[in-house]
Amino acid sequence: MSFQIPIGPQHPALKEPVGVRVTVDGEIIREADLRLGYNHRGVEKLAEQKTWTQNIYLMERICGICSHSHATCYVQGVEKLMEIEPPKRGLYIRILVSELERVHSHLLWLGVAGHEAGFDSFFMYVWRDREIVMDILETISGNRVHYAINAIGGVRRDLDELQIKHILDSLEVLRQRSAYYEKLGTTEPSFVARLAGVGYLSREDAIELCAVGPTLRASGVPMDVRKDDPYAVYDEVPFEVCTADSCDVLGRTVVRIKELLQSYNIIEFLLKNLPAGPISVRAPRRAKPNEVVSRYEAPRGENIHYIKSNGSDKPERLKVRAPTLANYAATIKMLKNGFIADVPLIFAAIDPCICCAERSVAIVDARTAQERIVTMSSLRELSLKTAKHQARKREAEWPL
Amino acid sequence: MATLKTLAYLILYPGLLFIFFYSTFAEWYDRKLYARLQNRMGPTHTGRAGVLQPIADFIKLMSKEDIVPERADRGMFRALPAFGLAIVSAGMLLLPVWNYSLSNPSATSFSGDIVVLLYILSLPTFIFFLAGWSSTNLFSTVGATRVLTMLFGYEVPLFLTVLTPAVLANSWRLAEIAAFYRHHPWLALLNIPAFLIALICVQAKLERTPFDIPHAETEIVGGTFTEYSGKKLALFRLMMDVELVVAAGLLATVFLGGFPGGLLPGLINFIIKTLLVIFLLCLLRATTSRIRVDQVISLSWRYLAPLAVIQLLVIILIKGLIS
Repeated sequence: MSFQIPIGPQHPALKEPVGVRVTVDGEIIREADLRLGYNHRGVEKLAEQKTWTQNIYLMERICGICSHSHATCYVQGVEKLMEIEPPKRGLYIRILVSELERVHSHLLWLGVAGHEAGFDSFFMYVWRDREIVMDILETISGNRVHYAINAIGGVRRDLDELQIKHILDSLEVLRQRSAYYEKLGTTEPSFVARLAGVGYLSREDAIELCAVGPTLRASGVPMDVRKDDPYAVYDEVPFEVCTADSCDVLGRTVVRIKELLQSYNIIEFLLKNLPAGPISVRAPRRAKPNEVVSRYEAPRGENIHYIKSNGSDKPERLKVRAPTLANYAATIKMLKNGFIADVPLIFAAIDPCICCAERSVAIVDARTAQERIVTMSSLRELSLKTAKHQARKREAEWPL
Repeated sequence: MATLKTLAYLILYPGLLFIFFYSTFAEWYDRKLYARLQNRMGPTHTGRAGVLQPIADFIKLMSKEDIVPERADRGMFRALPAFGLAIVSAGMLLLPVWNYSLSNPSATSFSGDIVVLLYILSLPTFIFFLAGWSSTNLFSTVGATRVLTMLFGYEVPLFLTVLTPAVLANSWRLAEIAAFYRHHPWLALLNIPAFLIALICVQAKLERTPFDIPHAETEIVGGTFTEYSGKKLALFRLMMDVELVVAAGLLATVFLGGFPGGLLPGLINFIIKTLLVIFLLCLLRATTSRIRVDQVISLSWRYLAPLAVIQLLVIILIKGLIS
């Protein structure tokens, strides 16, 4: 007997609304389907109406976890358009914040993985230690979530000796704890029993379905924008691309924990080799007509911003390709032939950020469940047609 | 006098009043311990150190809106919580805490009461199954099938391990088994492997992590209880607390030498020993992650059941050697 189970748009396993419809045969999933569009906010359209500088503010708000990723990706693109080169110190601080963000995002993910697997003690411990890196980010930028450290042509805040010492001290604690979590996450029998072999994605499938980030690297493909196409100062920083060969959720956990340890090394290197000098240069108000593609390795994978300028102080087009979107196709593949019990784990293993990836809304007829693609003009016509028969509502009607 | 004693037995201790307060206390103890093991605070506000929190939760749930789904089997849906609570409370009366004499079997302590208690502890599982099934919700249905699937895993090792000490004590009466191990404490040490297996099985019976599969919230929302709300949910939660106390009491009677000493020392014994068992259950809960339902079956048939059989054989051999 097969039946459909709707996981989402509202479900305890999901932190944001998305629909995963699984057709199950007993406990085994035969078919899976993703429904998107519950969280569409029209960010790209809004970006066309804001100036270059205002857009930094908007880009940061695409996502709460990887806010710095989107802002940096955007700022890097705009700097290329404006043909300005940020000073070294500014780039170092920018990359420092992005590595700290990677640490906080991966710790958050570890906790969520523990929670999805029903290992709440792990969740509580990891999230307690995530506070340390949140505090570091607060000392650097004054904020815990949207750091607002980026400016076109550099960064907005400098680091002093006291802050550097504080970060290095906290880093030691994080290193020890992460080593403990590595041991716990890869050896605790019931946890490993839940993760090993779940959500298998072969190397070929991962490449074919264009998976990105830890999902791809856990299938044994050493692909990382920081290494392949180094932006900012990544060509100067020594680090390794972490991979795993098990192609399952356990591999994705291992990759993320290894990346944590790599990030600590990068942060230490950046702080110890911080060059002196200014942190930003002045940016022009307008950019010449041109177009640019900016790539950035966000905690979740490769983030791409396509920016087109037309000579004014606003972008003509801004297209955001968030890493989650690239991983959706692979998720469907991973879900098939798994257990219902594994749906939250597999889905969480790509570290989905739903609202990052929402770019469209599907129009579904409530009665026939048929989907249609509707253009803006036909939507307008439809609204006029429906409104024609309704009496125009006045704001208030005089009773006499 | 005997009537008064029986009335007190039914209503005061270990009857309804004691069951209510002690099971809520056990829930608080479990929650607080679980929270401290996870580096959290746990309940703090209601009462001293939050000790009244489970009672507050109970009262709050009682006053909440109570919804019966349109397509549910109304009669069954309504009756099940009350049935469940009544069954586990009846189980409490069979524990040899007070009001029994070793020489005279009575209505609450007779030869074979260990089997009756095990039977009574099996019934809540069916109550959960029926509750999930009669809700007709998809998540409840999946939860209900998981309840039954798990039952086939842990029930056999649980029965085998709980009956092992009975075999050694040569009695099917809880009070006599407990008395036997009080007289021969070193023989109780032989049952330690059985005790550990029984702990794991009881954890599965109580549907707590790593066996909280029928109501795994990240997978199937509320599982069996998805459609339950208000009073019915409150009764179900109280039922689970009582089940925890009864199961802990059973393990304490069979493996830890029961609760000797009449009314007051017996009460103290009961509290200390059940809290010890709950502590061990809580430790297991805090240090593991939820496993899959197929893993429960393979765990219990690959490891727990064979180990329980070996333990039983060893005990039979030892019994032959002793006598």
